[in-house]
Amino acid sequence: MKEYKTINKIAGPLLFVEKTEPVGYKEFVTVTLSNGETKRGQVLETSKDYVIVQVFEDTQGIDKQTYVHFSGEIIQMPVSGKMLGRVLSGIGTPLDGGRKIIPEDKRNIQGEVINPYSRTRPNEFIQTGISTIDGMNTLVRGQKLPLFSGSGLPHNEIALQIARQATVTGEEESFAVVFCAIGITQEEAKQFINEFERTGALQRGVVFLNLASDPSIERIITPRMALTTAEFLAFDYGYHVLTILTDMTNYCEALLEIGAAREEVPGRRGYPGYLYTDLASIYERAGLIKGKSGSVTQLPILTMPGDDKTHPVPDLSGYITEGQIFVSRNLYRKNVYPPIDVLPSLSRLMNSGIGKGKTRADHKALSDQLYAGYAEGLDLRGLATIVGKDALTSRDQRLLSFADTFEKRFVMQGRDENRPIETTLELGWDILSTLPEDELTRIPGDMLEAYYRRETTADEGD
Amino acid sequence: MEVSLSSYSSNTEPRIYKVAGPVVIVENLNGRMYDVVLVGHNKLMGEVIEIEGNKSIVQVYEDTELIKPDDPVENTGTPLSVELGPGLLASIYDGIQRPLPLIAEESSFIRRGVTIPALSREKKWTFVATKEVGDTVKGGDAIGYVDETANFRHHILVPPYTKGTIRDIASGEFTVTDTVCTLEDGTSLTLMQRWPVKKHRPFYDKRWPDTVLVTGQRILDTLFPLAKGGTAAIPGPFGSGKTITQQQLAKWADADVIVYIGCGERGNEMTDVLVEFPELVDPKSGSPLMDRTVLIANTSNMPVAAREASVYTGITIAEYFRDMGYDVALMADSTSRWAEAMREISSRLEELPGEEGYPAYLASRLAEFYERAGRIETLSGGEGSVTVIGAVSPQGGDFSEPVTQNTLRVTKTFWALDAKLANRRHFPAINWLKSYSLYQDQVTPTLERSYPGWVANMKRLMELLSREDELSEIVQLVGSDALPEDQQMTLEIARMVREYFLQQDAFHDVDTFCPLEKQYMMVNLLLSFSDNAYRAIELNKHVDEILDLPSRPMIARMKYERDYKAYSKKVSTQIEKDFNELFGGEKE
Repeated sequence: MKEYKTINKIAGPLLFVEKTEPVGYKEFVTVTLSNGETKRGQVLETSKDYVIVQVFEDTQGIDKQTYVHFSGEIIQMPVSGKMLGRVLSGIGTPLDGGRKIIPEDKRNIQGEVINPYSRTRPNEFIQTGISTIDGMNTLVRGQKLPLFSGSGLPHNEIALQIARQATVTGEEESFAVVFCAIGITQEEAKQFINEFERTGALQRGVVFLNLASDPSIERIITPRMALTTAEFLAFDYGYHVLTILTDMTNYCEALLEIGAAREEVPGRRGYPGYLYTDLASIYERAGLIKGKSGSVTQLPILTMPGDDKTHPVPDLSGYITEGQIFVSRNLYRKNVYPPIDVLPSLSRLMNSGIGKGKTRADHKALSDQLYAGYAEGLDLRGLATIVGKDALTSRDQRLLSFADTFEKRFVMQGRDENRPIETTLELGWDILSTLPEDELTRIPGDMLEAYYRRETTADEGD
Repeated sequence: MEVSLSSYSSNTEPRIYKVAGPVVIVENLNGRMYDVVLVGHNKLMGEVIEIEGNKSIVQVYEDTELIKPDDPVENTGTPLSVELGPGLLASIYDGIQRPLPLIAEESSFIRRGVTIPALSREKKWTFVATKEVGDTVKGGDAIGYVDETANFRHHILVPPYTKGTIRDIASGEFTVTDTVCTLEDGTSLTLMQRWPVKKHRPFYDKRWPDTVLVTGQRILDTLFPLAKGGTAAIPGPFGSGKTITQQQLAKWADADVIVYIGCGERGNEMTDVLVEFPELVDPKSGSPLMDRTVLIANTSNMPVAAREASVYTGITIAEYFRDMGYDVALMADSTSRWAEAMREISSRLEELPGEEGYPAYLASRLAEFYERAGRIETLSGGEGSVTVIGAVSPQGGDFSEPVTQNTLRVTKTFWALDAKLANRRHFPAINWLKSYSLYQDQVTPTLERSYPGWVANMKRLMELLSREDELSEIVQLVGSDALPEDQQMTLEIARMVREYFLQQDAFHDVDTFCPLEKQYMMVNLLLSFSDNAYRAIELNKHVDEILDLPSRPMIARMKYERDYKAYSKKVSTQIEKDFNELFGGEKE
């Protein structure tokens, strides 16, 4: 047993231990205080002269008399099919008063890299019942699609609505939710758990809670524990797991904190230079594997500081994830729920999940046309405020009112309104039919023939 | 330091001193710079990147979990090299040329310390000798060939810097390691050779690139052409379509060999390529596209040091095919991830950082890489080319960041992706006002010969588009109704050019690839419509009347037509008919 009492320096969450025998990089560490309390940690750097240990809990009470015990193993977590229905802390201890989890297996929380050759291409449409997502930024099984939001916006409601309504049409399969809270407030956590209990989602879910009051260093391992659980449920039990990670910005702040404590050379805006690689090691843990029936779909939520999408956290996330859903403050102020701004939103896997045999043949053309129309309508809105509506051509005026109708009828929907994909597509056609047929250049002729509403005025409402 | 090292061995064997992520410091290694070393009991591959005293700094290509100080290290004495020979095509490698499909046979996950040779040692190839006993050969000469696929002849070259007279050579069935030829001095040549990745393969001379690389993408071929042997940068914020553009180029560019490097990108995206390419058919040869492609996939969650290596691995393979006299196109998606890998390793080494934390040698590394592109005269007097197309992912979409800027200094074609265009689903979202190609003057003379008026057409399109930009500023202030009719017409014609010509649907069966001739015909139709339209305006016709002409939507549908020649004639007749009717009796 390698146990030492040779701490030389303590800085933030880091302990510098001297005079050790060879200790492995990333080894799991237990720290025993003089009062018997234990804390957990991990080796960050190891050399013949000293070992740097990162402690996951706060370092209060640690002194030079503290025992450091190196386990010789990397961090592993117990996993079990019985984890469904449980609420666990950010480091995996039960919070629900239930029994300890009896492990079926132990897994390395870092996960292993899926060989790109062994992946299956995600192509199953997930119906979320939200028109702006299903119709224009379709979520696909095995995708990682984050919500880019800002503080004070209803991203949690949207995530909950998705978790509640998500189905793969025509299938009743084993579906599970892994919910991972990273540094969120007690209140927010309550909201999630109440909602899970109310809808019965908790029975098919696992909750990991790292609250704002918990040590920030724990935030580094919480998402990894959640994803290890998700992978276990997906690839060992065949569940289709939807993983909600909220809030990834808090995760990145924790990384920044550790980087600073280690006196690393910072990259952009103080975040460590390896932020991209680190985020990738989380986001890339989504997908499908050849020969395994389950899947891991990720729905990370991140709040953009100052609603700035060029901030490193949303920026680097956007480069790794397969698209993004933008929650817009502008629409929220206009009382549009869900305030999803479709223009900057994108689902990169949309094309493989829609179309004939999956949703409907006209889906892509319809979506492209809605995008083009709404984009132009918004430009004109700016113009109309300057020159007045009357100075616009009749074509421009039509587009202007198209943008309004689009927001009111297509984007806006109830918090419990679960729109099947057909409803969403029909709604799209209703709105497009307010524009003359020959202006719909994105739609092939045969589809216009089949779906364009020639007689109806589309303003009837439903 | 007065630390008792009693628990450590004190011999002079190479031993690990320190481990910090992918950076490992080794004592007593006695290696040379860039030697490949095997670290720890699992023999993880690494590379010497710095030497100080008796300590060598090694970057390890795999996860260093549980590697301990005092673990053994072995020096292979050779720099990181790739295996070059028959079997490269249709392969899928990771950043250090380990075949992913073979790794997948053991597990769906990539475990550490896997070593599988890049080229199969069992497979036998039919070698046909083209040289005879007594012939004198030198580096770069072909001694024979292997027909690797139905359409691809893999020439077996004498490795650079080797020469002599052939003592023994025979055709027959060989594995890549069998000797197929022996020289008088005893040197034995095999189907396979190795080459260190960080060193460019030698050639005789560089030539001026003057042939267009046909990509089948209208905005690229018509407005911003790339030459075979040239370099291009595609910078763009996320979601603006870098990867789709790169994949379109990999699918349709008229090169003989494609090397596609997925450097630090998404796993699912690589799977997309892996699933799609074998299904797609090369329009030139009729065989699967995969048969001319080498894929290098180092996804964002794979080890960062191997990500850095992947770009070198790719370009070395490209140069090897170039030396056989082929046109090779290399796509690197994304060079920013490569630069970030350098930054990450540099920061672990605690080097003094340059701009935005990137290492100070960022610019020279980028330049070195792009300089390996070119149209060259091979050592044996043939001609080959490597075209390099690098995607750049600027942070925050800001083109002034170091990777974009340093890339622009060394590349000659710039395809600027624009988030605004992408948001309105104008794809490819290449901004026509910001992009440029410095190859235009070099490649257009040949184009002009096949398609008279090509250059003039291109200039007219560009003029029209920049005129639209100016006018739209006025429209922002006064509204389009306030413009005179001819200027309103300009806006409408420009809209037609954007929507009917520049927009191209990568997911449409026909539209995904647009042959040069079709591009030429489309431009001619648009300009013919435009000429007539302006004449009509002069004759006091209204813009609305002109826009209602039936030939206009017909031009819009042209891109979806497979039989474009017949359709083009039909539209052209219709334009003539429309305007004749419009001018009606008013002709004097």
